[in-house]
Amino acid sequence: MTAMGTMTEHEHVIEVTDLRRVYEGGFEAVRGITFHVKRGEVFALLGTNGAGKTSTVELLEGLAAPAGGRVRVLGHDPYATGVPPGRAKSKPWGRAAIRPRTGVMLQEGGFPSELTVAETARMWAGCVSGARPPREVLALVGLERRTDVRVKQLSGGERRRLDLALALLGDPEVLFLDEPTTGLDAEGRRDTWELVRALRDAGTTVLLTTHYLEEAESLADRLAILHEGRIAATGTPAEVTAAQPSRISFRLPEGYALGDLPPLPELGVCDHELDARVVRLRTRELQRTATELLLWARHAGVELRELDARSASLEEAFLGIAREASTARQKEHAA
Amino acid sequence: MSSTRTTAPATRSSGATTPLGRMAALARAELILFTRSKGTLVAAVVVPFLLPFSVHTAAKDMNLEDAGLTIGLVMLPAAIGFSLLFAVYSTLVGVFVTRREQLVLKRLRTGELRDTEILAGSALPAVFTGLTQTLILVAACTALLDVPAPHAPHLAVAGVLLGLVLCGGLAAVTAAWTRTTESAQVTSLPLVMVSAMGSGIMVPLQLLPDRLAAGCALLPLSPVITLVRGGWTGELSAYEAQRALVIALAWAGVTVFAVRRWFRWEPRR
Repeated sequence: MTAMGTMTEHEHVIEVTDLRRVYEGGFEAVRGITFHVKRGEVFALLGTNGAGKTSTVELLEGLAAPAGGRVRVLGHDPYATGVPPGRAKSKPWGRAAIRPRTGVMLQEGGFPSELTVAETARMWAGCVSGARPPREVLALVGLERRTDVRVKQLSGGERRRLDLALALLGDPEVLFLDEPTTGLDAEGRRDTWELVRALRDAGTTVLLTTHYLEEAESLADRLAILHEGRIAATGTPAEVTAAQPSRISFRLPEGYALGDLPPLPELGVCDHELDARVVRLRTRELQRTATELLLWARHAGVELRELDARSASLEEAFLGIAREASTARQKEHAA
Repeated sequence: MSSTRTTAPATRSSGATTPLGRMAALARAELILFTRSKGTLVAAVVVPFLLPFSVHTAAKDMNLEDAGLTIGLVMLPAAIGFSLLFAVYSTLVGVFVTRREQLVLKRLRTGELRDTEILAGSALPAVFTGLTQTLILVAACTALLDVPAPHAPHLAVAGVLLGLVLCGGLAAVTAAWTRTTESAQVTSLPLVMVSAMGSGIMVPLQLLPDRLAAGCALLPLSPVITLVRGGWTGELSAYEAQRALVIALAWAGVTVFAVRRWFRWEPRR
């Protein structure tokens, strides 16, 4: 490993540049995305179904070749096999160099249904360099009492946990988790979150996909919101949220019209709507808008019923981004 | 779930995996699955022991002496041929398709196993079954049908080994055109029928009209049966033996190309 290689690897464990993926029928699932994941970071790809999350992760896992752009995992191309010219054969390269250092949890299991949990784990352990004892990882995900059960008899949640256990067998430096908690009940989800946090604390780099906002919000150090194959927003959950306006809503007092309020732009309101006498304001200056509004109400001697003021949540950011993206697309179509 | 994570426990298996070790782990799991699938067991283990009896009935009506053959020398290659077709080829079409549809192949490809290791490791139990059957059938034919010791054993061994490799490869090619586990029984039929009739399994090629025999000699399993029968009779000229080897190797090459080009590692969406 050259000094430079070590350095880049230390900084960015995963580097994705202008990545594209096109399926056989011509469908473009990933349309030029760029992001990186630093060592020890939990990075979430957040998006609705069909946003391109799994298509992206599969490229990072080296399961398919990109149609364009570049992927580097631990400094290597995850799709490259064979030995490049002028390189010693004994030195691992490309896919072969990455695989012993990564753990993968696919979106769907992929285990023979007639094997027991223990047999499945044992098979995988035989294919993983420096594997931990299967019993140990099964205990980690709470499957230690289910070792003699056939995979086909496991519940959906138990299968997810078996998948997670196998991804952890080799103590990977980098972990890819594709929708790790889909199909889990609330408790199972919390357990998985705890496990991911423990892994991060131990220095593991985690890239996960999810369509659960609270999952991305509570687990991810940084995230990217994917929408129709593009990154619509990226940053820490706080950064992504901060880019979105806050909301104030209240019921318009009896005998008052919207025009009786002070001019909205002067309050810092950037957008408003009136829906069956409920006023919804959007502002980037929550404190100023709220103060001005409440001072006006005291002055006018009215009560603002159903008053609600809140900072943007990741959920609003997510919905807002989806809304903006589809409006932009409609404009594009109209033009 | 425990929240603590022990790092590097003393009991951890040491060091990197090897191709052989990975294939052994996979083959071991496949062997367990093999024994748990009753349909596969019957087709792979029982059928190759029953079918030679149908050949035995037919062989009694054949004009064998002109071709320098005996009933034993018809039965032995036939038995080996059925073993290759049912225990190895048909079984493996089912194995490859089932594992692909269960997303097992996709899952395996996320790990350290290389593509060829996945195919070879999954195929090992069936190949081992075919090999064991061949040995049992050879012993049985020798004991019961007065088959003499082979005159050119190296040709017989080459034939059996090429047959095992070809059947594994052809199964992977067939799997590429098979969508479900159920349809695997149908898609594997053409090669089974064509080989049984045209590759010297049911009827030795020597007994066919010359032009038909020349055409049939080019079928994928024909060189295998030719080498096996020739290995026992010792009546294969050096030219004939080389020709059979070349045909078999050509099919092996075509198979490798077809697998690399068309084999699917995950279900169609």
